[in-house]
Amino acid sequence: MTTRSQISGLAVGQTFETVVVEDLKRTQIVQYAGASGDYNPLHTDDRYATTIAGYPSVFAHGMLTMGLTGQAVAALVGPDNLLRFGVRFTAQVWPGDTLTVRSTLARIEETADGPVAELSVSTVNTEGAEVLSGYAHARLAG
Amino acid sequence: MTVCFPVEAGHVLMFARSLGAADPPGGRPAPGDPVPPTFAIASSQFDPDYPLRPRPGEPWHGSGAGPGLVREGAGGLHAEQHFIYERPLRVGDVLTSTSHPGQVWEKQGRSGRLRFREQITEFRDEAGHLVLTARSVSVQREAP
Repeated sequence: MTTRSQISGLAVGQTFETVVVEDLKRTQIVQYAGASGDYNPLHTDDRYATTIAGYPSVFAHGMLTMGLTGQAVAALVGPDNLLRFGVRFTAQVWPGDTLTVRSTLARIEETADGPVAELSVSTVNTEGAEVLSGYAHARLAG
Repeated sequence: MTVCFPVEAGHVLMFARSLGAADPPGGRPAPGDPVPPTFAIASSQFDPDYPLRPRPGEPWHGSGAGPGLVREGAGGLHAEQHFIYERPLRVGDVLTSTSHPGQVWEKQGRSGRLRFREQITEFRDEAGHLVLTARSVSVQREAP
Protein backbone atom coordinates (compact mmCIF):
# COMPACT_ATOMS: atom_id res chain seq x y z
CA MET A 1 0.00 0.00 0.00
CA THR A 2 1.39 3.38 -0.95
CA THR A 3 1.63 5.98 1.77
CA ARG A 4 2.39 8.77 -0.64
CA SER A 5 -0.33 11.35 -0.52
CA GLN A 6 -2.43 11.79 -3.68
CA ILE A 7 -3.74 14.95 -2.14
CA SER A 8 -0.62 16.91 -2.95
CA GLY A 9 -2.11 17.18 -6.46
CA LEU A 10 -5.30 18.89 -5.18
CA ALA A 11 -5.74 22.66 -4.95
CA VAL A 12 -7.71 24.28 -2.11
CA GLY A 13 -11.40 24.11 -2.99
CA GLN A 14 -10.99 21.05 -5.22
CA THR A 15 -13.10 17.95 -4.60
CA PHE A 16 -12.08 14.33 -5.01
CA GLU A 17 -14.91 11.82 -5.55
CA THR A 18 -14.85 8.08 -4.88
CA VAL A 19 -17.69 5.57 -5.21
CA VAL A 20 -17.16 3.34 -2.14
CA VAL A 21 -20.05 0.91 -2.61
CA GLU A 22 -22.50 0.18 -5.41
CA ASP A 23 -25.86 -1.46 -4.65
CA LEU A 24 -25.01 -2.23 -1.00
CA LYS A 25 -25.82 -5.86 -0.29
CA ARG A 26 -27.24 -7.18 2.97
CA THR A 27 -24.38 -9.67 2.94
CA GLN A 28 -21.84 -6.84 3.19
CA ILE A 29 -23.69 -5.49 6.23
CA VAL A 30 -23.51 -8.99 7.76
CA GLN A 31 -19.80 -9.12 6.89
CA TYR A 32 -19.26 -5.79 8.68
CA ALA A 33 -21.26 -6.98 11.71
CA GLY A 34 -19.05 -10.05 12.03
CA ALA A 35 -15.78 -8.18 11.63
CA SER A 36 -16.63 -5.17 13.81
CA GLY A 37 -18.41 -7.16 16.51
CA ASP A 38 -21.56 -5.01 16.40
CA TYR A 39 -24.26 -7.69 16.07
CA ASN A 40 -27.20 -5.34 16.69
CA PRO A 41 -30.08 -7.17 14.91
CA LEU A 42 -31.29 -3.82 13.52
CA HIS A 43 -28.54 -4.23 10.92
CA THR A 44 -28.70 -7.93 10.08
CA ASP A 45 -32.11 -9.31 11.06
CA ASP A 46 -34.87 -8.12 8.70
CA ARG A 47 -37.67 -9.69 10.73
CA TYR A 48 -36.50 -7.90 13.89
CA ALA A 49 -35.85 -4.60 12.08
CA THR A 50 -39.33 -4.50 10.51
CA THR A 51 -41.58 -6.22 13.09
CA ILE A 52 -39.99 -5.12 16.36
CA ALA A 53 -38.14 -1.90 15.52
CA GLY A 54 -40.58 -0.60 12.87
CA TYR A 55 -38.04 0.17 10.12
CA PRO A 56 -38.71 -0.61 6.43
CA SER A 57 -35.75 -3.05 6.43
CA VAL A 58 -32.36 -3.57 8.01
CA PHE A 59 -29.95 -0.65 7.54
CA ALA A 60 -26.18 -0.28 7.59
CA HIS A 61 -24.21 0.43 10.76
CA GLY A 62 -23.19 4.10 10.86
CA MET A 63 -19.68 2.74 11.35
CA LEU A 64 -19.93 0.80 8.07
CA THR A 65 -20.60 4.11 6.30
CA MET A 66 -17.76 5.76 8.24
CA GLY A 67 -15.49 2.79 7.50
CA LEU A 68 -16.20 2.99 3.75
CA THR A 69 -15.65 6.75 3.88
CA GLY A 70 -12.42 6.23 5.82
CA GLN A 71 -11.06 3.89 3.15
CA ALA A 72 -11.54 6.61 0.52
CA VAL A 73 -9.99 9.26 2.78
CA ALA A 74 -7.00 7.04 3.66
CA ALA A 75 -6.41 6.28 -0.03
CA LEU A 76 -6.44 10.02 -0.75
CA VAL A 77 -4.16 11.24 2.05
CA GLY A 78 -2.08 8.11 2.71
CA PRO A 79 -3.04 5.97 5.75
CA ASP A 80 0.04 7.01 7.76
CA ASN A 81 -0.77 10.71 7.45
CA LEU A 82 -4.21 10.86 9.05
CA LEU A 83 -4.31 13.01 12.22
CA ARG A 84 -8.06 13.45 12.79
CA PHE A 85 -11.18 11.94 11.28
CA GLY A 86 -14.65 12.70 12.56
CA VAL A 87 -18.21 12.44 11.26
CA ARG A 88 -21.88 12.99 11.99
CA PHE A 89 -24.34 10.42 10.68
CA THR A 90 -27.03 12.44 8.92
CA ALA A 91 -29.27 9.78 7.34
CA GLN A 92 -29.66 6.02 7.26
CA VAL A 93 -27.99 3.86 4.62
CA TRP A 94 -30.19 1.09 3.20
CA PRO A 95 -29.48 -2.10 1.25
CA GLY A 96 -29.31 -1.15 -2.43
CA ASP A 97 -27.68 2.24 -1.77
CA THR A 98 -24.71 3.41 -3.82
CA LEU A 99 -22.44 5.69 -1.78
CA THR A 100 -20.08 8.35 -3.09
CA VAL A 101 -17.50 10.07 -0.87
CA ARG A 102 -16.69 13.70 -1.72
CA SER A 103 -13.52 14.99 -0.08
CA THR A 104 -12.89 18.70 -0.52
CA LEU A 105 -9.57 20.29 0.39
CA ALA A 106 -10.83 23.10 2.64
CA ARG A 107 -7.45 24.59 3.54
CA ILE A 108 -3.82 23.88 4.33
CA GLU A 109 -2.71 24.81 7.84
CA GLU A 110 0.98 25.46 8.48
CA THR A 111 1.93 23.82 11.79
CA ALA A 112 5.18 23.33 13.70
CA ASP A 113 5.24 19.76 12.32
CA GLY A 114 4.69 20.86 8.74
CA PRO A 115 1.66 21.49 6.53
CA VAL A 116 -1.65 19.83 7.44
CA ALA A 117 -4.46 19.41 4.92
CA GLU A 118 -7.97 19.96 6.26
CA LEU A 119 -10.63 18.18 4.23
CA SER A 120 -14.37 18.42 4.50
CA VAL A 121 -15.93 15.05 3.80
CA SER A 122 -19.45 14.30 2.64
CA THR A 123 -20.89 10.92 1.72
CA VAL A 124 -24.03 10.88 -0.41
CA ASN A 125 -26.44 8.16 -1.53
CA THR A 126 -27.90 7.37 -4.95
CA GLU A 127 -30.39 10.26 -4.70
CA GLY A 128 -27.61 12.67 -3.74
CA ALA A 129 -28.81 12.93 -0.12
CA GLU A 130 -26.03 13.27 2.44
CA VAL A 131 -25.72 10.29 4.80
CA LEU A 132 -22.49 11.38 6.52
CA SER A 133 -20.86 14.74 7.05
CA GLY A 134 -17.40 15.14 8.50
CA TYR A 135 -13.78 16.22 8.33
CA ALA A 136 -10.32 14.73 8.05
CA HIS A 137 -6.97 16.34 8.89
CA ALA A 138 -3.85 14.85 7.39
CA ARG A 139 -0.18 15.58 7.33
CA LEU A 140 1.00 16.53 3.85
CA ALA A 141 3.80 14.05 3.28
CA GLY A 142 6.21 14.42 0.36
CA MET B 1 -13.34 -0.03 32.01
CA THR B 2 -10.10 -1.39 30.53
CA VAL B 3 -9.91 -3.70 27.51
CA CYS B 4 -6.85 -5.38 25.97
CA PHE B 5 -7.06 -5.06 22.16
CA PRO B 6 -4.53 -7.05 20.13
CA VAL B 7 -4.42 -5.79 16.52
CA GLU B 8 -4.38 -9.18 14.76
CA ALA B 9 -3.74 -9.76 11.03
CA GLY B 10 -6.77 -12.02 10.50
CA HIS B 11 -9.09 -9.57 12.22
CA VAL B 12 -7.75 -6.65 10.17
CA LEU B 13 -8.17 -8.74 6.98
CA MET B 14 -11.84 -9.49 7.76
CA PHE B 15 -12.52 -5.88 8.71
CA ALA B 16 -10.91 -4.49 5.54
CA ARG B 17 -12.82 -7.02 3.39
CA SER B 18 -16.10 -5.91 4.96
CA LEU B 19 -15.23 -2.37 3.73
CA GLY B 20 -14.77 -3.65 0.20
CA ALA B 21 -10.95 -3.65 0.24
CA ALA B 22 -9.00 -6.07 -1.95
CA ASP B 23 -6.78 -8.49 -0.05
CA PRO B 24 -3.19 -7.23 0.37
CA PRO B 25 -0.37 -8.83 -1.60
CA GLY B 26 0.51 -12.14 0.05
CA GLY B 27 -3.10 -12.69 1.11
CA ARG B 28 -3.02 -11.12 4.55
CA PRO B 29 -1.74 -8.01 6.29
CA ALA B 30 1.84 -8.14 7.55
CA PRO B 31 3.06 -6.97 10.97
CA GLY B 32 3.51 -3.19 10.89
CA ASP B 33 0.92 -2.60 8.13
CA PRO B 34 -1.48 0.29 8.74
CA VAL B 35 -5.11 -0.65 9.44
CA PRO B 36 -8.35 0.99 8.21
CA PRO B 37 -8.85 4.34 10.02
CA THR B 38 -11.97 3.10 11.86
CA PHE B 39 -10.51 -0.25 12.96
CA ALA B 40 -10.34 0.76 16.66
CA ILE B 41 -14.13 0.37 16.79
CA ALA B 42 -13.63 -3.41 16.38
CA SER B 43 -12.01 -3.47 19.83
CA SER B 44 -15.57 -4.22 21.01
CA GLN B 45 -14.78 -7.84 20.02
CA PHE B 46 -12.42 -7.92 23.01
CA ASP B 47 -14.73 -6.13 25.45
CA PRO B 48 -16.15 -8.82 27.75
CA ASP B 49 -19.17 -6.63 28.56
CA TYR B 50 -20.00 -5.38 25.05
CA PRO B 51 -23.82 -5.47 24.96
CA LEU B 52 -24.40 -6.00 21.20
CA ARG B 53 -23.03 -9.55 21.06
CA PRO B 54 -25.03 -12.69 21.85
CA ARG B 55 -23.66 -14.72 24.75
CA PRO B 56 -24.17 -18.38 25.66
CA GLY B 57 -27.01 -18.90 28.09
CA GLU B 58 -28.19 -15.28 27.95
CA PRO B 59 -31.33 -13.97 26.23
CA TRP B 60 -30.85 -12.25 22.85
CA HIS B 61 -33.37 -9.77 21.45
CA GLY B 62 -33.09 -10.73 17.73
CA SER B 63 -35.54 -13.01 15.91
CA GLY B 64 -35.62 -16.78 16.21
CA ALA B 65 -38.90 -18.70 16.23
CA GLY B 66 -40.49 -15.33 17.07
CA PRO B 67 -39.70 -11.83 15.76
CA GLY B 68 -37.52 -10.85 18.73
CA LEU B 69 -37.99 -8.53 21.70
CA VAL B 70 -37.99 -4.81 22.36
CA ARG B 71 -34.77 -4.27 24.24
CA GLU B 72 -34.89 -2.29 27.48
CA GLY B 73 -32.30 0.45 27.80
CA ALA B 74 -31.00 0.03 24.24
CA GLY B 75 -28.15 2.47 23.68
CA GLY B 76 -29.93 4.59 21.07
CA LEU B 77 -28.48 5.41 17.67
CA HIS B 78 -24.94 6.39 16.79
CA ALA B 79 -24.94 10.13 16.05
CA GLU B 80 -21.24 11.04 15.76
CA GLN B 81 -17.82 9.42 15.83
CA HIS B 82 -14.44 11.16 16.04
CA PHE B 83 -10.88 9.81 16.06
CA ILE B 84 -7.67 11.64 16.96
CA TYR B 85 -4.55 9.72 15.88
CA GLU B 86 -1.21 10.24 17.65
CA ARG B 87 0.28 7.68 15.28
CA PRO B 88 -1.21 5.09 12.87
CA LEU B 89 -2.53 1.88 14.38
CA ARG B 90 -0.53 -1.07 13.05
CA VAL B 91 -0.91 -4.84 12.77
CA GLY B 92 0.91 -6.30 15.77
CA ASP B 93 0.07 -3.47 18.18
CA VAL B 94 -1.28 -4.62 21.52
CA LEU B 95 -3.36 -1.76 22.83
CA THR B 96 -5.15 -1.13 26.08
CA SER B 97 -8.29 0.95 25.93
CA THR B 98 -9.90 2.82 28.77
CA SER B 99 -13.30 4.37 28.40
CA HIS B 100 -15.19 7.02 30.33
CA PRO B 101 -18.43 8.96 29.85
CA GLY B 102 -18.11 12.52 28.52
CA GLN B 103 -20.73 15.25 28.24
CA VAL B 104 -24.49 14.77 28.15
CA TRP B 105 -26.76 17.30 26.46
CA GLU B 106 -30.34 17.61 25.19
CA LYS B 107 -31.89 19.09 22.12
CA GLN B 108 -35.49 19.55 21.03
CA GLY B 109 -36.07 17.37 17.96
CA ARG B 110 -39.06 17.22 15.63
CA SER B 111 -40.55 14.26 17.50
CA GLY B 112 -39.56 15.01 21.09
CA ARG B 113 -36.50 15.64 23.22
CA LEU B 114 -33.25 14.06 22.15
CA ARG B 115 -30.60 13.14 24.68
CA PHE B 116 -26.99 12.98 23.47
CA ARG B 117 -24.29 11.11 25.39
CA GLU B 118 -20.58 11.16 24.78
CA GLN B 119 -18.20 8.28 25.44
CA ILE B 120 -14.45 8.82 25.27
CA THR B 121 -12.01 5.94 24.77
CA GLU B 122 -8.23 6.20 24.89
CA PHE B 123 -6.03 3.53 23.29
CA ARG B 124 -2.46 3.18 24.58
CA ASP B 125 0.37 0.94 23.42
CA GLU B 126 2.46 -1.38 25.60
CA ALA B 127 4.82 1.46 26.52
CA GLY B 128 1.82 3.46 27.76
CA HIS B 129 1.95 5.97 24.90
CA LEU B 130 -1.38 7.32 23.65
CA VAL B 131 -2.06 5.98 20.12
CA LEU B 132 -5.56 7.28 19.50
CA THR B 133 -8.58 8.81 21.16
CA ALA B 134 -12.10 7.90 20.07
CA ARG B 135 -15.12 10.04 20.92
CA SER B 136 -18.51 8.55 20.27
CA VAL B 137 -21.87 10.34 20.56
CA SER B 138 -25.12 8.40 20.82
CA VAL B 139 -28.61 9.85 20.68
CA GLN B 140 -31.76 8.58 22.29
CA ARG B 141 -35.31 9.92 22.08
CA GLU B 142 -36.70 10.72 25.54
CA ALA B 143 -40.20 9.60 26.42
CA PRO B 144 -42.48 12.68 25.90
